[in-house]
Amino acid sequence: MGAQLRIYRRRIRSVKATKKITKAMELISASRIVKAQQRVAASSPYATELTRAVSALATFSNVEHPLTAAVTDPKRAAVLIIASDRGMAGAYASNAIKEGDQLTSLLKSRGLEVDHYLVGRKALNYYRFRNRAIAASWTGFSDNPTYANAKEIADTVITSFLQENGADELHIIYTEFVSMITQRPLAKRMLPLEVVESSAPLADGPLPLYEFEPSAGDVLDALLPRYVESRIFNALLQSAASEHAARRRAMKSATDNAEELIKSLTRRANAARQAEITQEISEIVGGADALSSATSGGE
Amino acid sequence: MTIRVELVSAERRVWSGEASIVLARTTDGDLGVMANHTPTFGVLVNGVVTIRTENDGDVKAAVHGGFLSVSDNRVSILAEIAELGTEIDVNRAKEALARAQREAADDLAEARAQTRIAAAVN
Repeated sequence: MGAQLRIYRRRIRSVKATKKITKAMELISASRIVKAQQRVAASSPYATELTRAVSALATFSNVEHPLTAAVTDPKRAAVLIIASDRGMAGAYASNAIKEGDQLTSLLKSRGLEVDHYLVGRKALNYYRFRNRAIAASWTGFSDNPTYANAKEIADTVITSFLQENGADELHIIYTEFVSMITQRPLAKRMLPLEVVESSAPLADGPLPLYEFEPSAGDVLDALLPRYVESRIFNALLQSAASEHAARRRAMKSATDNAEELIKSLTRRANAARQAEITQEISEIVGGADALSSATSGGE
Repeated sequence: MTIRVELVSAERRVWSGEASIVLARTTDGDLGVMANHTPTFGVLVNGVVTIRTENDGDVKAAVHGGFLSVSDNRVSILAEIAELGTEIDVNRAKEALARAQREAADDLAEARAQTRIAAAVN
C-alpha cells in the first residue's frame, strides 16, 4: 500500500473514533435535557406557591425586612455567576462569564465594588487564571443541581447581604432555557427583593386576607430566605437544562463535521487508491513492453 | 365537605388530593384545618403532617422547613424537604438516626431522622 493511501486510512479511522464519542455525548445530553426540563417543571409548583405567599404578605402587611430594604447609597455588589463544570458545550460557559463581565463593568461604573460568587469549574478556572478575587465558589453539581446546593449558595449570599459592610445588592447570572435551540444568558437582580405586585389579576382570584401564625413578621423572616433559595434553585435548574442543550448542539455539529470529514477523506483515499492501481498497471504494461521488445530485439 | 390539599416540596409535588382534615404543627402549636377554615399562613416546625382523607385513611409525611397556607378550601403545604411515610425506608432512617446520635454534635440530622421514622412507622 502506498504511503499516501495509508495516511488517509489512518485519518479516517481516527475521525471515526472521535465521531463515535461525540455521537454518544450528543445522545446522552439529549436524554438529560428532557430530565432537566422535567425537574424545572417539577419544581415550579413550589415556586408558584411561594411567590403567591410572598405577594400576599407584601400586599397585606407593611412589614419591613432587611432582605427587601434597598440601601440608598449602595457600596458593594455581589454577582453570582452560574456556569458549567465541564466544557464540550460550545460557548455556554463563556457566554455566562462574558455576561458577568459586562455586568461587573456596569456595576463598577456606578461606583460599586463587586464580589464574585461562582458556580461551576469553568467559571472558577477562568477567574483563577486571571488572578481575580473570588468571594466563594461551588463546583461539582452544575449538570444536576439539588435543592441542598441551592440552599448552601443562598445561605452564603444572604449572610453576606445581611452583614454590616457586606453586599448591598445581589445579582445573578444564569442561562435561561428558552427552547432546545435557544438558551440566553441573563442577568437579574435578586436582592434586595422587589416584590412585584402584578396589576394583572391572578389566575386563582384575588389574594385572601391571611391570618399569620405566629405573626406576619415571623412568617416573613422564615419565608423570604426560602424565596431566595427557590429562585436560585430555579436558576440552577434552568442553567443545567441549558448546559445540556448547548452540549447537545455542540456535539451534534461536531458529529456532522466528522461525517463531512470522513466523506471527503474517503473520496481522497479512493482517488489515491485508484492512482496507485493506475500506476501499477502502467508499470506492468511498461515492464511487459520492455520485456517483449528485449526478447524480440535479441533474435 | 373536603378540602383540596397540595403537598409540595422544593423538587416536586409530593401529594395532592382531597382530605377531610389536615393536622400540622406550627410554631404556635398544633393546627387542624378542615373545610371553610379562615385563610391562614403558618410556619411549620419540622415534624409529621397528617392528611386525613375520607376514603384512603391517613397520609403521613415528614416535613422539614415547611409552610402551610390555607385559602378558599385549599391547603398548600410547602416544604424544603417532604417525604411521604410510605416512601421512607425505615431501616435507612434508623441507620441515619444511629449515625446522628453517635456524632453527638449533629442535632439537626438527629431530629430529621426521628421525624422520618415517626412519619414512616405510624
